[in-house]
Amino acid sequence: MNIPKELLYTNDHEWLKVDGDKAYIGITDYAQHSMGDIVFVELPEVDTEIAVGESLVVIESVKAVSSVFSPISGTILEANEELEESPESLNEDPYTNYIVAITISNKEELKELLSADEYEKICKEEE
Amino acid sequence: MALKRTPLYPMHVKYKGKIIDFGGWELPVQYEGMGIIKEHQMVREKAGLFDVSHMGEITIKGPKAEDFIQKLVTNNIKTISESQIMYSPMCYPDGGVVDDLLIYKYSTIDYLLVVNASNADKDFAWIKENVIDGIEIANVSDQFAQLAIQGPMAQEILQKIADVDLSTIKFFWFNPTVKIAGAECIVSRTGYTGEDGFEIYLKPDKAINVWEAILTAGGDNISPIGLGARDSLRFEAKLPLYGQEIDKDITPLEAKLGFFVKLDNDDFIGKSVLVKQKEDGLARVQVEFELVGKGIPRPHYEVQKDGVNIGVVTTGMQAPFLKKNIGLALIKKEYANPEEEIDIIIRNKPVKAVVSKGIFYKKNTKKK
Repeated sequence: MNIPKELLYTNDHEWLKVDGDKAYIGITDYAQHSMGDIVFVELPEVDTEIAVGESLVVIESVKAVSSVFSPISGTILEANEELEESPESLNEDPYTNYIVAITISNKEELKELLSADEYEKICKEEE
Repeated sequence: MALKRTPLYPMHVKYKGKIIDFGGWELPVQYEGMGIIKEHQMVREKAGLFDVSHMGEITIKGPKAEDFIQKLVTNNIKTISESQIMYSPMCYPDGGVVDDLLIYKYSTIDYLLVVNASNADKDFAWIKENVIDGIEIANVSDQFAQLAIQGPMAQEILQKIADVDLSTIKFFWFNPTVKIAGAECIVSRTGYTGEDGFEIYLKPDKAINVWEAILTAGGDNISPIGLGARDSLRFEAKLPLYGQEIDKDITPLEAKLGFFVKLDNDDFIGKSVLVKQKEDGLARVQVEFELVGKGIPRPHYEVQKDGVNIGVVTTGMQAPFLKKNIGLALIKKEYANPEEEIDIIIRNKPVKAVVSKGIFYKKNTKKK
């Protein structure tokens, strides 16, 4: 299970990479592995405002539909449109292929997120 | 209730199956290193091996066995010969489907019924409730393991370890005395993938040896296949699944299975309702459709026309071999026209789709 040290994580198997005032968000290796072959990604509109816990993106594998909930509040700056053409790239390299970039409107929210070590423990418990 | 395991459970662990609870059975949805899409392609292009031991088996024997089965099912059982197999729905008096099944005919007094795992107990109770004098029925599901080898290379692979010339077993026929890797098996040329292949019934304690022998004989040209690809393969070939295309509330005529309903047969359970449905015309019927807008259709999604509900998706997905977002839906008859534009409601939004015909995978099963 690949869990890069420099990223932040959530209980729901998302990662965040903080870059100044914005954060890139994606799904973890554990998430892509448990979803199986990803065949469709429904991206949010750029400029949408989103609150913690709101549905950010819908990811569909051959058999299942999964919602990814936003780990922070902010405004969508970018949606990775390459995922519409090649959703399988989330299986192939979930950390390079981010899903959205979002403004960080409340830095306090980042404190709720997990370190790589903390996240690894959660993955082990779920296995 | 504790989950049940098939005799091949140790093989699912050995080959790193991702085990799920499938109607009370611990079975693999896919295998590590493969996944549903690769497994699906493997069966379309080479061969795959399935554990389908969870399927139910019921024997019906006695001097009146043929008449009794004819009363239970909608197809005409009297038209098949010994060692031949017939597919048929089995209906309730209201025309809804109890189950769909394969009927293996040993003789007019001796039949083996193969039924869906999740329906086996219900089917047995239904058959028992309708039983007539001079019939012996038994639920023998625990006495059989079942494997399926499917794909264009299935025969070539299985032949290496079979003592019978498999080309002598024609589509929807069986041979009850084939030795596979030394084990006594019933072998039929049947399956649920749209490809050529065989289903193999044998004693549970022989299942692991035969499983391993088939994988060894096939080498790189075969791999174990989980339930995920079993569903995507059957769907892409437009084969119905109980609980989706057919159900207790859906008649075989509505599900476009009229070919397997012989209304000129002697009386069978459900006949009068089906005859009336045919005379009056159907209110709703199954259609094929392809999504035009973005998204993937899924079971239970609502179907609308101009904002009004006209039916429901029974199965939909991105068909892995065809690479199309297609589905089957049960909709009001007046909209069941080729090129009819409909909407599939995906997460509360209408997505354009078009009713079509002939968009599913063309089956490669061997004809008689």
